[in-house]
Formats: sequence, structure tokens, C-alpha cells
Amino acid sequence: MPTLTPIEPDFAIEEFLHAEQQKDLLRFSTAGSVDDGKSTLIGRLLYDSRNVYEDQVRAVTGKTIAPGAKAPAIDFAQLTDGLRAEREQGITIDVAYRFFSTQRRKFIIADTPGHEQYTRNMATGASTADLAIILIDARKGILTQSRRHSYIASLLGIRHLVAAVNKMDLVDFSEDVYNTIVSDLHTLLGQLNPDGNAPSLVTIPVSALDGDNVVEPSTRTPWYSGPTLLQHLEEVPVWTEEATAPFRLPVQRVIRPDQHYRGFAGQIAAGTIHRGDTIVALPSGRTSRVASITTFDGDLEKASAPLSIALTMEDELDISRGDVISIAAHPPQHATALEASVVWFDATRLETHRPYLLKHGTQTLPARVTRVLHRTNIQTLTDEAVNSLGMNDIGVVEIESTRSLFFDPYAENRASGSFILIDPQTNATAAAGMIRRSLGTATAIHTPTHKAALLSVHTPEQATTLEAALLAENFAVVRTKLQSQPILRSLLSLGLLVILEGIPTEHTTVGLELHTLEADPQSPNAVAAFLNHLRAVHILPAQKGIEEQQS
Amino acid sequence: MPTLAPPDIAALPASRLSHLQLLEAESIQIFREVASEFQKPVMLYSIGKDSSVMLRLAQKAFYPGPIPFPLLHVDTGYKFNEMISFRDNLAKELNLDLRVWRNEQALADGANPVALGTQRCCGLLKTTALLDGLRNYGFDAAFGGARRDEEKSRAKERIFSFRDKAGQWDPKNQRPELWNLYNARIAPGESIRVFPLSNWTELDIWHYILLENIPIVPLYFAKEREMIVRGDSLIPVEQSFVKSLPGEVQWIKSRLRSLGCSPCTGAIRSDADTIPKIIAELVSFRSSERANRVIDHDQDGSMEIKKREGYF
Ligand SMILES: Nc1nc2c(ncn2[C@@H]2O[C@H](COP(=O)(O)OP(=O)(O)O)[C@@H](O)[C@H]2O)c(=O)[nH]1
Ligand SMILES: [Mg+2]
Repeated sequence: MPTLTPIEPDFAIEEFLHAEQQKDLLRFSTAGSVDDGKSTLIGRLLYDSRNVYEDQVRAVTGKTIAPGAKAPAIDFAQLTDGLRAEREQGITIDVAYRFFSTQRRKFIIADTPGHEQYTRNMATGASTADLAIILIDARKGILTQSRRHSYIASLLGIRHLVAAVNKMDLVDFSEDVYNTIVSDLHTLLGQLNPDGNAPSLVTIPVSALDGDNVVEPSTRTPWYSGPTLLQHLEEVPVWTEEATAPFRLPVQRVIRPDQHYRGFAGQIAAGTIHRGDTIVALPSGRTSRVASITTFDGDLEKASAPLSIALTMEDELDISRGDVISIAAHPPQHATALEASVVWFDATRLETHRPYLLKHGTQTLPARVTRVLHRTNIQTLTDEAVNSLGMNDIGVVEIESTRSLFFDPYAENRASGSFILIDPQTNATAAAGMIRRSLGTATAIHTPTHKAALLSVHTPEQATTLEAALLAENFAVVRTKLQSQPILRSLLSLGLLVILEGIPTEHTTVGLELHTLEADPQSPNAVAAFLNHLRAVHILPAQKGIEEQQS
Repeated sequence: MPTLAPPDIAALPASRLSHLQLLEAESIQIFREVASEFQKPVMLYSIGKDSSVMLRLAQKAFYPGPIPFPLLHVDTGYKFNEMISFRDNLAKELNLDLRVWRNEQALADGANPVALGTQRCCGLLKTTALLDGLRNYGFDAAFGGARRDEEKSRAKERIFSFRDKAGQWDPKNQRPELWNLYNARIAPGESIRVFPLSNWTELDIWHYILLENIPIVPLYFAKEREMIVRGDSLIPVEQSFVKSLPGEVQWIKSRLRSLGCSPCTGAIRSDADTIPKIIAELVSFRSSERANRVIDHDQDGSMEIKKREGYF
């Protein structure tokens, strides 16, 4: 039974707060075709579990509900459809987040739109969900949108699916209708996950409008003995395996208030770290032991995902934003070429070989899609050979990045297996990606990694020599005479080594870190000395490859 | 296609994280991400309870270092005296880089909610002041304490909420936002509003204030205060533009549920003089917190209109 009880005004506050502190959190998304009744269902969940404030109910009914009175005809969907355009058109455009709690759990609902054209918003809502509710209209069975949503939920690794077969009141609560839909659903999930790794599926016959099996068990479905929707939401195990996977910390920031403290701050993406554990910093490959786990509330002996902490090391390691700290015994994979599933969001189609910015963990680096392997036809669930992807397409592609990515396959770890692609011209979030596997690690190992830097070179001759020297080592170099700060900034943000030829004006370089090549033309070794300087300050990697350092 | 194996229940650690620990970890990640990706972030500090929680989370995010960005208070000139003295004491105590911005021109021209109406007054003293303040300092990212549970249009807002060159929000064309991978890329003149408390509820905020012992403005606690009593409304006498009728001014045990401008913020009758009592009142009340703010009742969808124009 759901653990709902009305809260009395003079209840014991201490007890309440104690219970409140024990609650965990379940995030779920809702999905279905338009008019299946998502908004109504959520409105009903909020209303029946007493999480709707009276003034909100008043705003959509025009009257107050007297306590104990039979519920007035409330348009439940109005409780959740927030934007003016949505209320006017009666459809849901964007994800709306809702909050409610029972005595056991807090819930965050991402109410996502059903229209195909808003797939990007559906993916936004599903990406952080532990559970997805797929809504199905009992009269219509599984429509394209339900298939699409089941597909995206599986693709995004949502482990628990709940199919709420809605509008049972319109099919006379027929067990046959329900059973047919349930068997279709199992067939669909089997097709979506041919490897047998399907998420768990629970099916529940409901009427969102009347409330059957939403919070209270229905007397009109005597043939159904499973949980009500809310019971299931309260009981489903929350996703906590992140804490038992190998430790990963993408470094967000180095905290360095004075020379005595140097902490590497981030949110633990996976696993558990203890003081004294041996870690490896990537890409440098250097190892050390954790000296302390710092938090504002005191040092910890151990910390697990998804806590936000800072680590200090026993040795002086050069670690910066974008690096990954891993448990040394189980480092992540690394590669510059990857195979990934992507959901394309942008109205502009994917272009192969065009540079995109790939954000993975805390690093952003230039990458290109080298090949589109296929697009999945949601209707037939077959793979179609295409050479590009358009808005709302889902497919599998090959990607090449300019530097190594340290990752786990998405199926093993959502946090270290996910990325987004950003269009560097429009800054739009063009796609979401889920890494399937690395392609050709052998070439990846020897790919040098360098940082973006602005290199000031006064004479054209020296610029030519430097450019040649950097290109010889396969670094990504660009040479320019343009004294424009915005242009320099965008080149740097692409991760390039930027050679600025000529005498830089103060106006151009204000706020940018500049590395200046010794301008004395008499000095024949100026370029070599400059390269050594760039290695010393870790803009260029040490001449040894990663592999050699690790072994 | 990738799918995740079902969890091995037996292998789960006994120590689960509570919802507040999860929310705290998420907010800290957001603070660190913004401080690292933007050139000139700022935290909008409104002196209210949500700002107080934001401030504590920012301290936690950069501990043991200092908060690496300034705080900006957009002062309408109509804030309660207790708010301003609380703000100034806190800034001194925590050694904060606090900047204050007011629309001095509008105030000099005598802008007030009675002469202009609530909408236009808010437009000038809040929205215009905010946009001018951000532009004046050249801030490219601004943290705000808004929560998705506050109001219907806020329920749709991203954590990184993109604003165009005029500071406006386009709710129909928000950037997709997956996992915790935030797209911080903007062109010159554009900005991002960041809402690290997006997933907190009002109850979470109060509970966190209690557990963390976070200082808040005394106006939140019930005590005898001078009020104009009119129908269901309690109008604080301080700086009130409402002319009281004979017998309307009384000393009432009351408190504010949210801190706005003194002419536009109603009080409630209350005995809640401790945080547990405030929480007890909250859970038995069942009326959403913005209801005692005059501003939201002007017109259906008024918050969404303000947000499109650049208000938080
Ligand atoms: N008879 C009946 N009608 C329902 C039920 N659930 C939703 N509806 C109606 O179906 C229509 C679409 O509902 P809505 O919640 O807006 O669907 P959404 O587009 O999925 O959010 C509305 O007219 C609802 O009143 C149900 O269980 N039974
Ligand atoms: Mg709807």
C-alpha cells in the first residue's frame, strides 16, 4: 500500500523531519503519444498524493475544493502544462519538472512531450531518469510515439520501464484488451534489446481521469493483482550501482587557495574512493595516492558517486580541468576513434568531416563524425544505410576526436560514456551521444595530446619554422595574423595551438595567456628552446607516449 | 543498443545517499562547472532563503578556497530594512565581494508600485535594473535561486538557461540539456542564467537551512509586527503605500513567507518562530509560496511574460 497519510496540523515535527531525512530520490520521466493522458496522469498523482497546493487547483478550476467533498471536475492536465503556448494549443512542448513525495521517497517527474518534433526535449527529460513511464491509450495500443519513447528510454539506459495502459474506463476495464497490449509490449522490448539485456517492465491498467490504480487500487479491475502506480514507484530499487563501479572523477577545477593546498574538485562519476587509494591521472598516466578527501563539512575516509568532493594527492601531480582521475587498478578505456549511438537534435543536418565540439565529462574538444553507419527506423526497428542524420534521427556513427577520450562504454557507465556535440558556429547542442566502443585503440595510443595555447611569434620566418616543427609532431596548429580577440578565443576554444604572427597589441591579447617566442633573430635555437618551454609548462606533452609511462 | 544490466541488490552499499545529499552534490557540480567555463560569472543574491542556501552551496563548492565570483544584489530601493542590514553584516562576516545595483534614474523619477502599477514598477526596478547591472559589469553567467517547484513556467526552465543579447528567454527554443553535460558556449553579448537549485523544493530548502544551520533574515520568523489588517491580507506598515483606515493598524504575530519589496509583500499570521515550526506550518498549509506575492496575480502567465523579458 502507498504510505500516504494526511498530515495533521499538530503532527510531531521531529518525527517528520527524521523521516524526511531518510528519504531517497527517484527521478522518472513520462512519455507517450499526444493525448494519451500524460499530463492528466501526473496531475492525478500530484492531486491524489496531496502534493498540489490549493491555490494552484483554484487557478485551474475557479473554485476551492472543500475538504472531504468529492473532487470537482478538475482539468488535471492544466496543473502541469505551464507555458502559454501550451495552454493555448493544448499540447506539451517542453519538459516540465514536477516534485512530490510520499513518506518513503521524493520524486522528480520529467513530464516530456509526445510530439516527434520535440524529441530533443524528451531526451532531455529521460537522460537523468531512473525510471520511465510509457503511457498507452488502451483504445489505440502501441503507436509510433510509444515505440519511439520505449526506444529512447532503452537507448538512454533507463533501467525500469512502466507501461501505464490508460483510459481503461473507455474499454470497460477489459482484461483482454489489456493482455493484448501487454503481450505486444513484451514483443517490442525483446526487439529493442536483442541481446537479452532488456530493462525490467511492469505493466499497470489505469484510468488517469478517474484515478483507478494510480494511487488507490481499483475495484473495477478485479483481474489485476499487481501494484498501483504509486506503490510501484515507491518500491522500485533506486539506481545505486554507480557506487560499486570502478572509481572515476572528471576534474572540474583545481582548488588552490594557497601553496599548501591543491585539491582536484569534481563530482564522482562512478565508484568509491578511500583515503590512501592509488589513483592514476589521465591523460598524463602518472600515479599517486589519495592524501585526503576534502569537503566543507570535514575530510572523509571514503566517498562514493555521485558526491561532489575534492581530492588531494601525496605527490605533486600536474592535473587540470578536463583530466580524469581513476582508480589505478581499473583505468578507463581510451581512444580517439569511437563508435557511438547519437540522437540528432539540430535543424541543421549532421555533416561528416565538419568540426564539432565534443563535451565529455569536463573536457571539450574538437571532433568529427567520420561516418554514419546507419539510422534506425523506429517504425520497423530496422537499420537503414544513410550518410547523414537529420533532426530527431537516431543512429550509429563513427567519431574521431583530436585528443584521447578516457571513457567507459555507456552501457557500463552513463556518466563516463555520454557526450554532447556542439555546433561551434551556432553554439547549438546538436546531438547527444552514447559511446558503444572504441575503434582502433592501436592508433589512439600514440596520438599526442596537447593543450590549447596562444603562441606569439614576431617574425614570419620564425612562425614558419615553429609551424613546421609543430606539424611534424602531428599537433593541431593554426597560424594567423588577425589581431582579433574574439577570433583568437574561438580558435583556442577549439583546442588548437594558435600561432599569432606579428607584434600583438595589448587590446588583442588582454585576458589571454600569451607564450612569446624569443624574438632575437641571432639565436638559431630559439624555436627549439621555445618547444622545450612549451613542454615544461605542459602545453605540449612530454616526448614519451602515454603507454610507456604507464608500463 | 546499450542497455544497463539490472542492479545486483546484494552488492548495493548499505549507505544510500539521502535526497538532500544528492541535491547538494548536483548543485555543487553546477557551481564548479560555471566557475570554470565562463569568464565573468556572478551570483544574484536576493537576501532570501533560497539565496542563503545558494551561498552556502557556493562556499562548499570551492572550499577551502574562496567563492571565485562576486555577488550582485539588485536593490529595488523598497527592501525591508532588516534585509539590508542582514545583507551587509553577512557580506562583512564572510568577506564577500558584494555589489549592489539600483535603477537610480527610475527611483529619482519617483517609481513606485502605486503610481506605476506592480507590473511596470517591477519592470523598471527589477528587470531593467538586473539587465543594466549585468551589462554594466559585463557578467556572462548569472546564478539565480529560482526553483522549478515555484511556478508553472519555472517548471520548464533548463538549469543553464540561455538568454539572447537583449537578456530574453525563448521558452519554445531551449537548448537540449542531457545528463550533467551543460553547454556553456555563448556568443559575445549573450549570457546564461544558471539555476543550481532547480530541483530543490521549498521543503528541501527549509530542511537544509535547519540541518546546515544557515543564517536567514529574521523577517521569516514570527513575532509581533505592525500590520495593516485588511480582509485576509496583512500589509506590513514599513514603507507601505497603502493608506490605512482607522482601526486597521494592529500588532499581529506574523511573518513573511517570501521576501519581496515592502510595498508588495504580504505577511501571514503565524506562531512559527523557529525553523521546525516554519516547516510544520509549511506542510500543513498547502498553499504555494508565491501566492502571498502580489506580483503573480496581475494576469495569467504573468511570470512567464516577465521571464521572457529578462526577469529571473
Ligand atoms: N476517459 C478518459 N479520458 C482521459 C483519461 N486520461 C486522459 N484523458 C483525456 O484525454 C485527453 C488528453 O489528456 P492529456 O493529459 O492532455 O494528454 P497528454 O497529451 O498525453 O498530456 C484529455 O481530454 C483528458 O481528459 C482516462 O483515463 N480516461
Ligand atoms: Mg499534456
